[in-house]
Amino acid sequence: MSNDSIKKTLFITLGICLVCSLLVSSAAVFLKPFQIRNREMDRIQNILTAGDLTTEGRDIKTVFHDNIRADVIHLPSGISVLDSLPDASLHPDHYDIKSVMNDSRFSHKLPGEADPANIHRIPDYAVIYTVIDSGETLRYILPVYGKGLWSTMYGFVALDRNLKTILGLTFYEHGETPGLGGEIDNPGWKALWRGKQAFDAEGNLAIEVIKGKVDPYSARAAYQVDGLSGSTLTTRGVNHMIRYWIGDVYRPFIDHMKKGNH
Amino acid sequence: MAKLKTIMINPIFNENPIAYQILGICSALAVTSKLETSIVMSLAVIFVLSFSNLSVSLIRKHIPSSVRIIVEMTIIASLVIIADQVIKAFAYDISKQLSVYVGLIITNCIIMGRAEAFALQNPPLQSFADGIGNGLGYSVILLIVGFFRELFGSGRLLGYQILPLSGENGWFVPNGLFLLPPSAFFLIGLIIWALRTWKPEQVEEKQ
Repeated sequence: MSNDSIKKTLFITLGICLVCSLLVSSAAVFLKPFQIRNREMDRIQNILTAGDLTTEGRDIKTVFHDNIRADVIHLPSGISVLDSLPDASLHPDHYDIKSVMNDSRFSHKLPGEADPANIHRIPDYAVIYTVIDSGETLRYILPVYGKGLWSTMYGFVALDRNLKTILGLTFYEHGETPGLGGEIDNPGWKALWRGKQAFDAEGNLAIEVIKGKVDPYSARAAYQVDGLSGSTLTTRGVNHMIRYWIGDVYRPFIDHMKKGNH
Repeated sequence: MAKLKTIMINPIFNENPIAYQILGICSALAVTSKLETSIVMSLAVIFVLSFSNLSVSLIRKHIPSSVRIIVEMTIIASLVIIADQVIKAFAYDISKQLSVYVGLIITNCIIMGRAEAFALQNPPLQSFADGIGNGLGYSVILLIVGFFRELFGSGRLLGYQILPLSGENGWFVPNGLFLLPPSAFFLIGLIIWALRTWKPEQVEEKQ
């Protein structure tokens, strides 16, 4: 039979497709458990990093279990709904910020002018973490996300127990340019966030990422973080993101905690 | 055996896919800011290239010429997906850094080029050897570029600090240009220059 007969063409193409699809789907199925585990470990590791917990020589999951408590917050009111969850998908063990922010039941669309972080949708519920030591809350770890230059950057910001001082900012997923915007992963840059004040003395939102280096003698130095050189747009994205989440999204939660606990 | 060896060694310096055939430049610019990503990318390309050559060669006498390219693409795309899935499962951190570039191996001209130019006319074993050889040729350039970019761009190799940075009480001022893709252009240009000085027969004839 000639190679170019319709019958053989169909036969060969179908055969190739069948073999290839079998290979691809079996690779996907067999490797899935490893990939899910990697993602989960990566997420936990990032929460621990944001919480400044070292895992040297200890099992990541044990450290997580012993020191971290998860809570579910209704963002518009800032109140915990852990005891009366509207849906099982919001439980901390299953919560996936990407599926929740696209679930119209538990998220809403942001109009352009109210969307400085350029994220289009915002969840109504967020899982936050508290770092506990002997029953005492040491810090809060809050999920954040915002658009950088190429990608949406997902991360956590850690605040002290008074919800005033930033203790760290770490990203677990982004697609910024390696070596430029990708330097948001640089430990040296991340260390700059430690101890910065989120709010000024009057309680107004003050934290910002500036272009260039912070002048250490400036009166505003405690509220400012150096921008990354060569990545103006990523830096701007981080600035909008952090200001939007701390200043708007978590504002009810922060106010609620201040009223209730202090 | 001697022939297989020649097929495998030849593309490394004599007919290097990047330096002589000038193929696969895009990914060579994109993933070489660190040595580690260069290594993983090289392994992925060697895997895809050798097995796509092998598979195309195995069915070369049965591929209908009307759908030749699409059949090759299907094979290549499947191999790339498998490579991507394996990297995601066993080298998660690196897969995050390589991001889209593993998927883009599909569009790497070397793979398609070798399938068309070699695997369609040659038996499986030789095609497989040709795939490995060209993969190695691609890797050599990637590793050289990755080595210099990481060393001069961040003073590190495989993540270990080699040159003490001036910002951390050392003497080395990292050159940010080396972290940008254009620096790979300069490096590849220098490599081509060096290679053609060493092997003048690679120089194109004046038109």
